Amino acid sequence: MLQDFAFIGIFLLVAGALGVLPLVLAWMVRPAKPNPIKSSTYECGVETFGDAWVQFKVQYYVYALVFVVFDIETIFLFPWAVAYHQLPLFAVLEMVLFIFILAGALVYAWRKGDLEWV
Amino acid sequence: MNVINDPFTWAGNLIAQWLSGFMPPVGVDVTMMVLRAGVLGVFALVMFMVMTWIERKGIARIQDRIGPNVAGPFGLLQPIADGVKALTKEDITPTNADRMVYNTAPILSAAAAMLVFAVIPFGPGLIGADINIGIFYILAVGGLGIIAILMAGWSSNNKYALLGAFRVVAQLVSYEVPHVLSIAAVVMLAGSMSMITIVEKQPVWFILVLPVSAIIVLLSGMAEIGRSPFDLLDAESEIIAGHHIEYSGMKFALFFLGEYVHAYAVSCMVAVLFLGGWSGPNIFGLTVPYLWFFIKSILVFNVMVWARGTLPRLRIDHLMAFNWKFLVPLSLANLVVVAAADRLAQAVGFAVGTWPWALVMLAFNLAMIAVALAMVGATGRRARRATESRAMPEAETHEEEAHGVDAERAPVAVGAH
Amino acid sequence: MTTLQVMFFFFSLITVAGGLYTVIARNLFHAALGLIVSLAGVAALYALLEASFLAAAQVAIYIGAIAILIIFAVMLTRGVTGKNPVKDWWTYTITAIVCLLLLVVLLTTLFRFDWPQTAQAAVPADSIARLGKSLVDPSLYVLPFEVASVLLVAALIGSAYIARDKK
Repeated sequence: MLQDFAFIGIFLLVAGALGVLPLVLAWMVRPAKPNPIKSSTYECGVETFGDAWVQFKVQYYVYALVFVVFDIETIFLFPWAVAYHQLPLFAVLEMVLFIFILAGALVYAWRKGDLEWV
Repeated sequence: MNVINDPFTWAGNLIAQWLSGFMPPVGVDVTMMVLRAGVLGVFALVMFMVMTWIERKGIARIQDRIGPNVAGPFGLLQPIADGVKALTKEDITPTNADRMVYNTAPILSAAAAMLVFAVIPFGPGLIGADINIGIFYILAVGGLGIIAILMAGWSSNNKYALLGAFRVVAQLVSYEVPHVLSIAAVVMLAGSMSMITIVEKQPVWFILVLPVSAIIVLLSGMAEIGRSPFDLLDAESEIIAGHHIEYSGMKFALFFLGEYVHAYAVSCMVAVLFLGGWSGPNIFGLTVPYLWFFIKSILVFNVMVWARGTLPRLRIDHLMAFNWKFLVPLSLANLVVVAAADRLAQAVGFAVGTWPWALVMLAFNLAMIAVALAMVGATGRRARRATESRAMPEAETHEEEAHGVDAERAPVAVGAH
Repeated sequence: MTTLQVMFFFFSLITVAGGLYTVIARNLFHAALGLIVSLAGVAALYALLEASFLAAAQVAIYIGAIAILIIFAVMLTRGVTGKNPVKDWWTYTITAIVCLLLLVVLLTTLFRFDWPQTAQAAVPADSIARLGKSLVDPSLYVLPFEVASVLLVAALIGSAYIARDKK
């Protein structure tokens, strides 16, 4: 198994190198004539105003939050799924209970309007 | 082994033998790993070019035009022409951009997409690393791509890039939930997360056994990549390319590459999970597993191109509602129904992997699809009746007003409803 | 020095360097990125221990979900650009004292613990299946498993309530 992970580590390095290589190639080949107008921030063709800080809607945070809860649910789900064929019926029912409890959480968020895109 | 049966392993063995002539075994191992990684990476890049060509020609034909046909016969050299163009464009870095993060984001995005190919089995022994957490590894590296988008949006020093990045991440993160839940159903039936075991456990392809999971994985996979019809957040006519507004030249090309490589990776994943991976009949007595895998993954990619060319873009609130109010409950129900159907079929006496078992699972899945569509239809009908009953009294008051005014304004009132 | 030891030191270095950068960085977003590097280092250490599921879970949950949540939370604050650092020496002193105390506690625990000196048994091939079975085994971990689901629901309800617009 360690050999497989070594391969993945090497693949990460190779993928990074394959990403850097075109950039290096482009840096050697492309023109470079920056001027302040070209380098200014793009804002639909008008001059920028204000900081680059936007009013961050809390809705994005709620989506990420619900995702974290369901992601942790899948962490519990995957080992159970791997062992599924060796499990007796009540073990399946225990997982069904787990899923129902989390479905209840989803229904709560739904009814309270947390899942609406503002 | 036969050369045609498995040319890659045959060539690999030849090279390993040649290397062990002058290198210690550790060196041979490491060199072979680097070589395999290089071949996989170059394969991903070559497939990127093939995918862009298929996409442009496919969309063109769906839109009743020819598509690129100037660069090479049938436009086959068009991707190379695009690559040369990306190389020679000037790279404009915005002022006050966060240099380190700005430069790393496209590389991370491309690398995260390519990392998936380490666990894709192209044939019985043709896999980069057969780790026992195969499919879960793919889900893990998806997270790296999301971080790359946040880095791109933040470092551009542009509030539209930041806003676009947040919205894209909200979409990606939402669609990951049904994606993972439906893959859990496949893992359940295969009894392992290793990609090779999943392929071996498909005497009956899982698309017939788990059609609901297949559809959900394909749909959420398309949403994860950010393709049409889910590409509101980085389409050119919308928020002007979202998180990669400020990228030009090769860096933008790397983002583009990441998206298409990810699309092909998702196609490969769907082919492995649901279409039986490399299984296929022999051609003239030769087993060519890699050819069948290739055909299946290109087929799934063509379905994605078809969806892009045919369907209109979804609005952001429709997109989120579709995910949280339809796909997530459906995938949770799918898990329960699949477990119930499987236990029922086994109780009746059908062994896992046989055709009678598959037919029982298919029946339950089709029942689930029918119930889901009926529920959606009922909700839609209720909503339509509610808006109609609200609109009716308004139409009557419009009519009364129209009668009470002069003829000059009557056409306007008539046109109002 | 075996290859395994070299790799262990390398990944530990990455983890510690990432953690150090997280607390030193002025820019909160850079601090979040340092945290991500640190978490990736921990995942690599899990992989070295052949705990493959745990390594993938670390990357998927911590980097793929919690780091994103942290970055979103960081964006909610104005101090994210690092232009308003804390200038109060009293805060620095209290922080230094607390951290020193924590260091003393951790070091004494580490040096007093009875670390096993012999090699442990090899990780079985079906470790993930065993994990799955132990999660639903009535004599093992089924109660913490179900309580965990209730805990997750409580966390969701609480955070959603706090994050909601109160009308």
